[in-house]
Amino acid sequence: MDIFLQQIINGLVVGGIYALIALGYTMVYGILQLINFAHGEIVMIGAMVTISCINFLVGHNVNLSGPVLLTVSIAMAIPVTMLLGYLIERVAYRPLRKAPRMAPLITAIGLSIVLQQAATMIWGKNYVPFPAILPTDVLEIGGASITTLQVAIIILTAVILTGLFLLIERTKLGRAMRATAQSPDVARLMGVNVNTIISMTFMIGSALGAIAGVLVAANYDQAHAYMGFMVGLKAFTAAVLGGIGNLGGAVLGGILLGIIESIGSGYLGDLTGGFLGSQYKDIFAFLVLILVLIFRPSGLMGERVAERA
Amino acid sequence: MTIARYSLIAAAILAITACGKQEQPAPAASAPAAPPAAAAPDTIKIGHAAPLTGNIAHLGKDNENGVRMAVDEINAAGGAEIGGKKIKIEMVSEDDQADPKTATTVAQRFVDQKVAGVIGHLNSGTTIPASKIYSDAGIPQISPSATAVAYTAQGFKTTYRVMANDAQQGKALGEYAVSKLKLKKVAIVDDRTAYGQGLADEFEKAAKAAGAEIVKREFTTNQETDFNAILTSIKGAKPELIFYGGMDAQAAPLTKQAKKLGIKAKIMSADGAQTPEYIKLAGNDAEGTIASIPGLPKEQLPGGKEFLAKFKEKFNGEVQLYAPNCYDAVMVMVAAMKKAGSTEPAKYLPELAKIEYSGVTGNISFDDKGDIKNGAITLYQVKKGKWETLEVVGGAAAK
Repeated sequence: MDIFLQQIINGLVVGGIYALIALGYTMVYGILQLINFAHGEIVMIGAMVTISCINFLVGHNVNLSGPVLLTVSIAMAIPVTMLLGYLIERVAYRPLRKAPRMAPLITAIGLSIVLQQAATMIWGKNYVPFPAILPTDVLEIGGASITTLQVAIIILTAVILTGLFLLIERTKLGRAMRATAQSPDVARLMGVNVNTIISMTFMIGSALGAIAGVLVAANYDQAHAYMGFMVGLKAFTAAVLGGIGNLGGAVLGGILLGIIESIGSGYLGDLTGGFLGSQYKDIFAFLVLILVLIFRPSGLMGERVAERA
Repeated sequence: MTIARYSLIAAAILAITACGKQEQPAPAASAPAAPPAAAAPDTIKIGHAAPLTGNIAHLGKDNENGVRMAVDEINAAGGAEIGGKKIKIEMVSEDDQADPKTATTVAQRFVDQKVAGVIGHLNSGTTIPASKIYSDAGIPQISPSATAVAYTAQGFKTTYRVMANDAQQGKALGEYAVSKLKLKKVAIVDDRTAYGQGLADEFEKAAKAAGAEIVKREFTTNQETDFNAILTSIKGAKPELIFYGGMDAQAAPLTKQAKKLGIKAKIMSADGAQTPEYIKLAGNDAEGTIASIPGLPKEQLPGGKEFLAKFKEKFNGEVQLYAPNCYDAVMVMVAAMKKAGSTEPAKYLPELAKIEYSGVTGNISFDDKGDIKNGAITLYQVKKGKWETLEVVGGAAAK
């Protein structure tokens, strides 16, 4: 039982991170019907910039406690990724907005490769260890272990998600985003500056991506120039699972996918008598993707709200 | 909306780009800009293949530096004297991405370029499929780091390696764990590559023979960073030792995550994880980890101190793992060419088989399979953030 509980906790932590990244995909899709495949790289760059900031601060003997140091560094990384998100949209997607759908999809993938290579030039090809600044206390809950960092990840994810929902549902910006998602042309007639809204969407998604990137790096204690690819694909799967374009769906999809993966890889070996081992962990994400695409292409949260931001 | 179709297209494009990525020329490949005069008979090409991108690029770079150091040294002396002529060497370095498919493409490229010999590949999983291509073309291949037993057991005449293999390594580790450390309940994880799997199997055999019980066998991949799921099921089996067959890029996060899950078992691994990078990534949690490397301790190598100093000066960094072996691999190859008086693979291959060479890693001579004779294994443990020598098994030091 404690093993099962542990797998659920593992899944929740990873799922929360997937959810944060999936939001970035789904918000952009909701408005532009575009899959921003460069989003995984934004996640990576968010993590890398944060680590560089922490190392810089520590190197200059700035005496702050770990969590404060981390917050300051994330606060520096977020504007960087927001700017990057803005530039990506401005340079790679806006000129192609009227082009066939395939064109921006291809530039997205091209961009993702460019960003990966740029990152290897800046941060090198080695793994970058996440500085050991956070407390590593382990809490025991019913036989399962969870670190304070993992608790923080779950709480932080919940707080950010609530904040985002309030932003979308309760503010003027959120209303403009929803309007743009429904119909850019009508929104424009109503006095919404559609280009600004699209830029804002990219920037918000990128900010979430940066936070997610830091959480991934902190949870696994390392970052790498290629880390964005797989985590981006998984988050994309989570977004499709929940119903792409749907915010609640992205969250549900992310958490479900995290738990499916965790339980799946934990028990796969035992269930198949060792025929399929836990190295097949990644098949769960993509099996889910295929099943969803075949049986419920609109995702779990259904068609009705699928077009909303 | 046709989200389904759209997403499938997206997946298809991804698949296509994934393939495309494999074929992009490695940055390092174009680096040693070959002068057009390279075809002149007084320059020969030696191929070097290792992952220069991806999560073990640091080890690939290390190997490349080892080869480069040897090549630069030879060229600085005006070339190697082969058959009464000074012959310069050009290193052609290619990125095999630690991927078996890419490795065969790289191998074919080397064959097409008519390289005189190949140093590589780094991983056993890439070395084995590539060796078939070199063997068919009659090109001698010396791997500086592929330790899987299967590599030289294929019956090819062109396969050599300059360090002990995993049968010796797994045995040394298994016996040490059970007989010396008295750890009887063992969990084994491997990354399902030819190296990781082969090593884990050899370890399992040795540990069982010494009386240990394998309480759990789990698997991962060489791309993974999340081991929480498998560690959780391992935790349930309450092992005293976790053995990992694979590279440092996985061994380090595995170590950290094990500690976070409250697992007290000792961590043991082999050459893939015995790197400064492992300590850098695992930080304090690396403390106590045991790992082995084929070969004598670096400081005890006959030319070790000098080599390490020169390496540091030239590349401004520490040796990660197999750079000294790469250096020796080039030197052994050239020594065979000198003896044969020819750079033709067919002519110097018989000389390579019976070479006696004293290099920075020790005396090198090969048995009839191409494995090194008398290879030593050294066991290390992380103490105060450094790999400290525990014990040397076999090789010259055993006398």
